[in-house]
Amino acid sequence: MKCAKTPLKGWKELPEGGTITEPGSSVLFDASAWRTSMPIIDHAKCTKCGMCWIFCPEAAIKVNPDGSYEVEYMYCKGCGICERACAVKAINMEEEKR
Amino acid sequence: MSTSFRTLKDLPKEELLAPGHRLCAGCTVGTTIRQILKAAGKNTVVVSSTGCVEVATTYFPQSAWRVPWTHVAFENAASVASGIQHGMAALYRKKKTDEKLNIIALGGDGGTFDIGIQALSGALERGEDFVYVCYDNEAYMNTGVQRSSATPYAAATTTSPPGKLSKGQNRDKKDMMAIAVAHGIPYAATACPSYPYDLMNKTRRALDVEGPAFLHVLTPCPTGWRFDISGGIEMGKLAVLTGLWPLYEVVDGKTKLTVQVPRREPIKKYLQAQGRFRHLKPEDIAKIQEKADAVAVKFGLGPLRQ
Amino acid sequence: MKKVGLSGNYAIAYAVKMADVDVIAAYPITPQTTIVEKLSEFVANGELDADYINVESEHSAMSACVGASMTGARVFTATSSQGLAFMHEVLFMAAALRTPMVMANVNRALSAPLNIWNDHADAMAERDAGWIQLWVSSAQEAYDTTLMAFKLSEETRLPVMVNLDGYVLSHTYEPVELIAEEAVRKYIPSRPLVNRLSPKTAFSVGVVGPPEYYFEMKYQAIDAIERSRMPISKITADFNRSFGRSYDDVYAYGMEDAEYALLTMGSMTGSARVVAEELRKEGLKAGVVSIRTFRPFPVERLIEKVDGLMGLGVMDRASTPGGPSNPLFSDIAACLCGLKDRPILQSFVSGLGGRDISPDNFRTMFKATKEAADAKAPKPCMYVGLRE
Repeated sequence: MKCAKTPLKGWKELPEGGTITEPGSSVLFDASAWRTSMPIIDHAKCTKCGMCWIFCPEAAIKVNPDGSYEVEYMYCKGCGICERACAVKAINMEEEKR
Repeated sequence: MSTSFRTLKDLPKEELLAPGHRLCAGCTVGTTIRQILKAAGKNTVVVSSTGCVEVATTYFPQSAWRVPWTHVAFENAASVASGIQHGMAALYRKKKTDEKLNIIALGGDGGTFDIGIQALSGALERGEDFVYVCYDNEAYMNTGVQRSSATPYAAATTTSPPGKLSKGQNRDKKDMMAIAVAHGIPYAATACPSYPYDLMNKTRRALDVEGPAFLHVLTPCPTGWRFDISGGIEMGKLAVLTGLWPLYEVVDGKTKLTVQVPRREPIKKYLQAQGRFRHLKPEDIAKIQEKADAVAVKFGLGPLRQ
Repeated sequence: MKKVGLSGNYAIAYAVKMADVDVIAAYPITPQTTIVEKLSEFVANGELDADYINVESEHSAMSACVGASMTGARVFTATSSQGLAFMHEVLFMAAALRTPMVMANVNRALSAPLNIWNDHADAMAERDAGWIQLWVSSAQEAYDTTLMAFKLSEETRLPVMVNLDGYVLSHTYEPVELIAEEAVRKYIPSRPLVNRLSPKTAFSVGVVGPPEYYFEMKYQAIDAIERSRMPISKITADFNRSFGRSYDDVYAYGMEDAEYALLTMGSMTGSARVVAEELRKEGLKAGVVSIRTFRPFPVERLIEKVDGLMGLGVMDRASTPGGPSNPLFSDIAACLCGLKDRPILQSFVSGLGGRDISPDNFRTMFKATKEAADAKAPKPCMYVGLRE
């Protein structure tokens, strides 16, 4: 499991009370090793309905300024909810090649 | 802020639950929280009880929260939320702060129905101005699928396993909505992330109301209910379409269905899709069908699809 | 500044009012209840501008206090016995999460059997929670200490427990000199007002601390309470300068030339001193050492005060069943065990469940301490006043 290495802080440097002072710091976590298949979006078929984006548990699908959707593979756990949510079969889960 | 979410363009793009949390692949609670926070916005404090969400989103030093968040114990999300609400209210009244925040207490079914029911009851009875969201995956999932009072009839869990002498869980799911509504709160609603606009509008209504609001969200769990990790959203739809999970709201004591089901799916379809019901015999399925039929009558849902 | 007749509980209520508290979590339990009752009157009459939360249990009282404290509000609650025990897990969280607050604990025995009268079992069961624990011996001290506690708590960012004996102090009326409210407001500055739950910072507070971090996080709180000794002394000295009443971590009565002394905590101190006086007249060089600051334990001060003593009888008003010694005795023994010259320690347990500790009981204890010291051999723990 890959994870961005943060050097371990001593008690004098840690934030008080074990507080995590950086919001959204989980973005450092690479979840891609969790999956065995990955979603591929066929943008020609995509109607930009947004269902894949609304249903993704990870916020691994992001919406571009032009309204198109893109998978951020670092965060995708390969659950396949997006493939099943897509009404026009624009998303296909393909076997992860390592 | 009484926004009505109707179409895609009404939905804020900002992700207040960051990716990189450790919820299981396919966990519909992740979806739920993203939707709730889109409805709530940045000026929101989230109080989590111990459970899947807390553990998966705040493993030091990484947090998935982009809103202020706290966790104290398993059973006290509602009382911590009460304290936060009163702290902010007192400081605001005494002109020592100008911040006004939404307060959302977030607990699982275990932390809400069982160990947290006292604190929830107290907070609802006192009329605290906050929203309590129960994400219901129907068992103590974080500790490995143990039975809670939200576990439905005949479901298998590690502490209610089927066996020679047992059919699995031998009690019906506790009617938490009825308990919440009995406190005379202004707003309570059931929801499901499979119906995002319904859930987000209800979140908005819950936040806008003055006083306590209770949101009961069914969040199918592939790990504990044992179905494919891609199936969570569809499982939620099936729960609604079988009539087992009616989507309604109770506004000042008056019940109103928000998603009608014109033709109900047979309960068999739902049960046979989940490993936790694998041991069920036809007579058990028939019994559960009856329960679903009763709910349909109560809420005026459509007839069974033949 | 005129003197008023107030019970220990009411004295605390007045202190809380004058400290301009923002949030009060209230749940009744004998013998603390009159504190929260008095406070509710103040709030209802507009004499105290605070949010008064009628929580549904003590666990929720402490939980609400932790939540409120995180927003930067000044908070207070009060409890006793079973209530303190019920909030046990949250006490540890309050200290570790560094939430400032003041709680009055009116010392009462722990069930079973049910007993509403005074002993120290409740606070002793929480001695590892990481709270600062101060023990008072009079209504005046209860008032003064509560005021100091708010200042101390906010400076150290540690919760402070003010202990007072149930009924003996909580309900007994004594003359108390109240300080003018404006002077109190000047003495206790406006709270730091950092909202740890502000969207501006979006912190996550109360997270999972895995094995690679828990040790360091726990140590921070240990370090914090160790370092609170200086603020305790400073604030106490400050109080004396401002209002002319001095307090100390450890009190020595007749200790200049004492050979045998009893170590006490709480209201029993007064009685012990009276008996010590009598014994002095009879020729025994008796003294009384008493503890006001129990956590952090004033190790150095205690060692100073018992210097030259031949025998020290330690009065526990709680017990550690099956333990090698009782709570207070354990702490005293730990302080002194490294010294080359130290008094012989004799352990006593007395006054459990509100059993009165009579002057005769004290005489027995002084005598037994002398015997142990003279024989250079303590006896096993003596349960004074126990009927066979």
